[in-house]
Amino acid sequence: MVEVTEELIAALKRKAVTLRKHIVRMTHNVQSGHPGGSMSACDIVTALYFHILRVDPKNPTWPDRDRFVLSKGHACPVWYAALAERGFFPVEELMTFRKLNSRLQGHPELGTTPGVENAAGAEGQGLSFSVGLALASRMDHKAWRTYCVLGDGEQDVGQTWEAAMAASKYGLDNLTAFIDRNGIQQEGRTEDIMPLEPLRNKWEAFNWHVLNIDGHDFRQILAAIEEAHRTRGRPTVIIARTVKGKGVSFMENKIKYHGAATSDDELKLALAELEEMEASM
Amino acid sequence: MTAGPWKLESQRSYFGRALVDLGRRNPNVVVVGADTTESLKSIDFGKAFPDRFFQLGIAEPNMISVAAGLAAAGKIPFATTYSVFGSAHTYNVIRQNVAYTNLNVKIFCSHAGLTVGPDGATHQINEDIGLMRGIPRMTVLVPADGPETARAVTAAAGMKGPVYCRFSRTNVPTVTSDQDGFAIGKAHTLRDGSDVTLIGCGLMVARCLEAAQTLERERISARVINLSTVKPLDLATIDRAARETGRIVTAEEHTVVHGIGAAVAAAIAVNHPVPIAMVGVQDVFGESGEAEELLRKYGLTVEKIVDAVHDLVKRGDRRT
Repeated sequence: MVEVTEELIAALKRKAVTLRKHIVRMTHNVQSGHPGGSMSACDIVTALYFHILRVDPKNPTWPDRDRFVLSKGHACPVWYAALAERGFFPVEELMTFRKLNSRLQGHPELGTTPGVENAAGAEGQGLSFSVGLALASRMDHKAWRTYCVLGDGEQDVGQTWEAAMAASKYGLDNLTAFIDRNGIQQEGRTEDIMPLEPLRNKWEAFNWHVLNIDGHDFRQILAAIEEAHRTRGRPTVIIARTVKGKGVSFMENKIKYHGAATSDDELKLALAELEEMEASM
Repeated sequence: MTAGPWKLESQRSYFGRALVDLGRRNPNVVVVGADTTESLKSIDFGKAFPDRFFQLGIAEPNMISVAAGLAAAGKIPFATTYSVFGSAHTYNVIRQNVAYTNLNVKIFCSHAGLTVGPDGATHQINEDIGLMRGIPRMTVLVPADGPETARAVTAAAGMKGPVYCRFSRTNVPTVTSDQDGFAIGKAHTLRDGSDVTLIGCGLMVARCLEAAQTLERERISARVINLSTVKPLDLATIDRAARETGRIVTAEEHTVVHGIGAAVAAAIAVNHPVPIAMVGVQDVFGESGEAEELLRKYGLTVEKIVDAVHDLVKRGDRRT
């Protein structure tokens, strides 16, 4: 792994602001979609797509590419924004999100969007899908790795834990999972809807290597991924403490912005904040 | 199970052997199981190719999604379990992770229908054909016997895209032979006839053949079609049968609400409406009992097929 320099961190921070601006604009444009959970996962996705993943935008189905699986499919605005910025398709196409005849479906569709690796929407299937990918890579003695981003709401789903058992049974050290632990799901706080804590202990009990980080600190994200790469014989889950709606003050930690877009006035405020942040960098 | 003039054989044994043969020919074939692999005989594949076999426990949704992930990386996974788990229990996982993605996953399930027997209604799924044929991009196979189950394995592996295949726990009469060939999407006419067409799938194909023999003694000439591909439906063969015989009776070990009877009825209603009768499970759950007892109690018999033909004959002649 290359050294984590100040320049790298600054570049990732700038890129994350760009992605957040896309997320706010895309969801505002169609007046639907899920900005909150896209913004909470934004720094994880940025670190992966702009520093970690070996992918080729010119050849999205290159067999030896690393696989990124978005299990929390409703957060696809951040995925589409990252793929566009990485050159998988034109940035202008982002404004077709959720519109008729678009390649950018309301939830990810495999085979339509260049760079998208799985279909998700019904929660709790992505980690199982990732287990299948990781098994295939290992079976073929390949070096490519699988990274899966899950929501914390998805920890409610039984299949997530079926997958957790299977990944540890097969000792899938080529699989790294992130839990975007923003603490909010559609109808409220995760601890009110269905308490998850002690979440770390749950994953440890399932024989995963567990790391707790600040999901908005790029140094911590990159260090955790490096530790996951070094870990042998077990899959790693990185529980990333995040803020729903991160980056726009009035959206942060608001249940409303799980599945609601900004109004015209809010869009102006949001973009002004993000641009101010960009200018200060 | 009564055998009629045929030998009774296990579809699962043919399935297990076919998987091993396929595994030898194609190194990309892998098998996932859910604590039913001895019963399904998919364990035979696991013994022959331990590195390509994954026992995933009683966690069928995970099994289906793992298979999808394997397929996304270029493998040809066979997901094997009982029909009730490989269809109804995993329906939305199949829909989102296998069919919507159009991935190359082959779901092969035994223990379909009433003839699961003493385990009772929880295990006797009579709804899987309808569930699976309703999903876009899904191919649905119902082999009539052991040899056809083996041919279905080869054919499924040879096509790209998702496949659901259901067969029986109980031994069934072997009515096909390897000379018959097998092509997905092609209904096989096992016997020609001009007064009525009997369209069956699975173990009901043998009963259609027996019914045709009974009808022959009454000078009613019955064509028999083995509808081993339920989807895509062989519209040409069904349309020809409607035109040439003017009457159709379907027979299935499945609910008539949305099984092959409903599929055939919809097709002929659009293309060439003729009177149709459906022999099958009548929108009820099954119960514990021996396979043959259950088939009798729920009306899946040769006599019921013959009675249905008599009723249609009374309604007149619609041949063109």
